[in-house]
Amino acid sequence: MLSVAIQNSGTTLVKGARATQSTIFLKILMAASGTIFIGFVLVHMYGNLRAFWGHDAYDAYAEGLRTFGTPDLPYGGLLWIIRAVLVISLVVHVYCAATLWRRAKRARTIQYQVKKHTGAIFASRLMRWGGVTLLVFIVWHLLEFTVGKINVAGGATNDPYNLVVDSFNTWWLTLIYLVAMAMLGAHLHHGIWSATQTLGLTGSERSRTLAKRSAFVLAVVIAGGFSLVPIFVLAGVITK
Amino acid sequence: MKLTLKIWRQPDAATAGSMHTYDVDDVSGDMSFLEMLDVLNEQLNAKGEEPIAFDSDCREGICGMCGLMINGEAHGPVTTTTCQLHMRSFSDGDTITIEPWRSTAFPVVKDLVVDRGAFDRIIQQGGYISVNTGSAPEAHSVQVPKEAADRAFDVATCIGCGACVAACPNGSASLFMGAKITHLGELPQGQAERDSRVVNMVAQHDHEGFGGCTNIGECTAACPKEIPLDVISQLNRDLRTAIKHGH
Repeated sequence: MLSVAIQNSGTTLVKGARATQSTIFLKILMAASGTIFIGFVLVHMYGNLRAFWGHDAYDAYAEGLRTFGTPDLPYGGLLWIIRAVLVISLVVHVYCAATLWRRAKRARTIQYQVKKHTGAIFASRLMRWGGVTLLVFIVWHLLEFTVGKINVAGGATNDPYNLVVDSFNTWWLTLIYLVAMAMLGAHLHHGIWSATQTLGLTGSERSRTLAKRSAFVLAVVIAGGFSLVPIFVLAGVITK
Repeated sequence: MKLTLKIWRQPDAATAGSMHTYDVDDVSGDMSFLEMLDVLNEQLNAKGEEPIAFDSDCREGICGMCGLMINGEAHGPVTTTTCQLHMRSFSDGDTITIEPWRSTAFPVVKDLVVDRGAFDRIIQQGGYISVNTGSAPEAHSVQVPKEAADRAFDVATCIGCGACVAACPNGSASLFMGAKITHLGELPQGQAERDSRVVNMVAQHDHEGFGGCTNIGECTAACPKEIPLDVISQLNRDLRTAIKHGH
């Protein structure tokens, strides 16, 4: 290769390298926190689907989450433990993503005039802005159902089931949620496969194919599962 | 064949470049892409203009020297090196955009020539095995399972051309590193330095300004040697193992 005067920063050899200071370590943190989110959305989706069992089953599940483990745990103790784990995971996930995003921008400061994306699925190119969209959605979602408890129909907010039905009877709220779930599906489609690869579990063609297929199936199941309740509320199947 | 070429021209590393348009006639489908550029350069020479600088060496697809971004694809539309890409892959009247590899770690030297010294420094950080010199040991004294030998050989076909970096939206060299890590990691001789190799190579990769991998897969699609994505999984796994071993 050419050995001419080099002006970039990388002319020296790194000494005393640490594995935990590498970009791959940031990716491992993203994969680990992402795995926690996958577990969370699966359980969350199951809870939502309880709406098909009717008002009492849904509210009993919501109350059950709060009384879980009492009296060893205080009322709502489990929820607060889960919330703490999720908040820490979110901070780690977003911090690593932002750091790697900045690095990627610096790695190519002059863009190609023409660039094809051969070999890339669309979802993989949606990860960063899709992730930002999901972050905005999560803030909105928490304000609506957890922190603020806003009932756009003006009804009561202390009954979880009725709050859900009132909310998704509003067409634009249902639309926001369906768009967010499409984003979540895309994020999971690439993210689940990417996590297996980052954790070093896809060292053969067979395991790679399996990981990619599983990622697609899980993404469809989760995004689809979450979408069912809003759709069926709007369609008038799930009612008060 | 008559072609319109849009080519990046840049006099030197310190001066800003821009795209220039050239017409080239009498291109035969049997010409390689580099021969087509040779024809253009002869025309430019005849007119007293500065010929276009581009890298090439073996012109047999085995050295990794040539590398051009052709119509947005590293080494063009065929899975091979630029020197082994033939003009029959294009049609009469086509417009072809030719750019250098775009990576902060591969600064442009002139026109389409980039400095890939960053790859050399990554190799310097562990892309080798340390052996004592002396008489060669008996070949059968170190046995290698057939599957391991095959995999090591397959990924050892990486020629370090840099197409993976050029194609990657993050400008990551993970496929290159993964190929080297897998090549040496599959063999008994590579075990002694396995942990330090991955840690030092990745640290040099990051230091050179390459981006992080997001497993998009454009690298493997662009690779003229078809290095598979599973070498990046191997790279990640080796780094995780090194962390466990306290590196």
